[in-house]
Amino acid sequence: MAALRSTRSRLLGSARPAFRLSAAAPVRGFAQLADAAQESATASGEPAKLKTFQIYRWNPDKPTEKPKMQNYTLDLNKTGPMVLDALIRIKNELDPTLTFRRSCREGICGSCAMNINGTNTLACLCRIPAEDSADLKIYPLPHTYVVKDLVPDLTQFYKQYKSIKPYLQRDTPSPDGKEYRQSKADRKKLDGLYECILCACCSTSCPSYWWNSEEYLGPAILLQSYRWLIDSRDERTAQRKDALNNSMSLYRCHTILNCTRTCPKGLNPGLAIAEIKKEMAFSA
Amino acid sequence: MIAQRIGTTALRRVAAKPDAFFTANVARLSVGAMQTRPVATERLTPADANSILAKQRLNRPVSPHLEIYDKSQTFFGGSIWQRFTGAGFSGAMYVFGASYLAAPLLGWHLESASLAAAMGALPFAAKGAIKFLLAWPFTFHAVNGVRHLVFDFAVNSAFKRRTIIQSGWYIWGASIVGGLYLAFFL
Repeated sequence: MAALRSTRSRLLGSARPAFRLSAAAPVRGFAQLADAAQESATASGEPAKLKTFQIYRWNPDKPTEKPKMQNYTLDLNKTGPMVLDALIRIKNELDPTLTFRRSCREGICGSCAMNINGTNTLACLCRIPAEDSADLKIYPLPHTYVVKDLVPDLTQFYKQYKSIKPYLQRDTPSPDGKEYRQSKADRKKLDGLYECILCACCSTSCPSYWWNSEEYLGPAILLQSYRWLIDSRDERTAQRKDALNNSMSLYRCHTILNCTRTCPKGLNPGLAIAEIKKEMAFSA
Repeated sequence: MIAQRIGTTALRRVAAKPDAFFTANVARLSVGAMQTRPVATERLTPADANSILAKQRLNRPVSPHLEIYDKSQTFFGGSIWQRFTGAGFSGAMYVFGASYLAAPLLGWHLESASLAAAMGALPFAAKGAIKFLLAWPFTFHAVNGVRHLVFDFAVNSAFKRRTIIQSGWYIWGASIVGGLYLAFFL
């Protein structure tokens, strides 16, 4: 930053502390905004709203140590409303070794998927339950291999996604040589499917996927399968169905429907799987 | 203009008596220009990196699942009780069939008449309890079976989040009421 400023403003900047000293204000180099916010919160005299977060910890550098729960207590008056805000604040202020994935903080990247108070969701879309005083429990996505703390290994999940060939497969060129067009009705069929961000919340909420994740594709990948099965532009529907026609890939779904109940985007993987099953049963 | 004047006055002040803060900052800046790294990194070939990864993967724990997931979805889910009740009934059928087969050899009396007589001799509450133990799994399996049929026909409205939760509790209620009816009023 300093290098980008003109000489005069740089001199000005260095001169600024002289005035602040005279105003008896504390001299600080950085992060003045956050500090100012904190000071105003304590100054307003609000009672501290303490909330304890129990977070799953496991460090790969000490593999012999068992995973444990660690408690962190935050004042909710100084914390943002979402669980991700709390996690970031814990990492910034209490424990920099706490590890989790996060990126967009608005539920579009799917990085911060984790198990919060017993259900899988995105930390950035999950409000901290401020009313009840019970501890908030945060675990990594269930029945996944833990890389560190709240970071699960999703290699298998992504491999399964690749295995369903999640792209348009066609042999015939488009009539006008430009785009593959579809009717409004056909396009509407993709609503509720294309929004999936592959956060793996649904797949890792499924007990069937817990026990059979080697072979069963799981709700997220099957929702994606259905998205390509009903795409009017795709020409490999028969092959796609054929690939699912075995005892494991699709039929390990027992309509437990934890997937639909957990989806942080409000999609319906359970319904998509039921549609595939119905289509396989009645069209074959 | 005012900002400029403030700047010049500040400069003048700094020039007049060297400010302790100013000089300290200059020293800090000169150190900051040199990049320092508190952590040393080692060079790794891709093969070494892979072997470290493989070793780490061997140690990775599986994150907790059944014990931490929402109990109303795992332990009270309709699907798993459909399996429990179904497995219980087929298991009971095999056990009864096998013991009926072995009864003449072992001198047991499992004929309908003797069973009915034994049942009739029991007090009312015990009779009801035994009947409920058989009636509830039956009603649960039947009622939840209908729900599963609805699911299999991909009826859109059955897959709404609220409907799933509600119908789940309705099935517990209906099956218990049905079981009690079969046990005590039939």
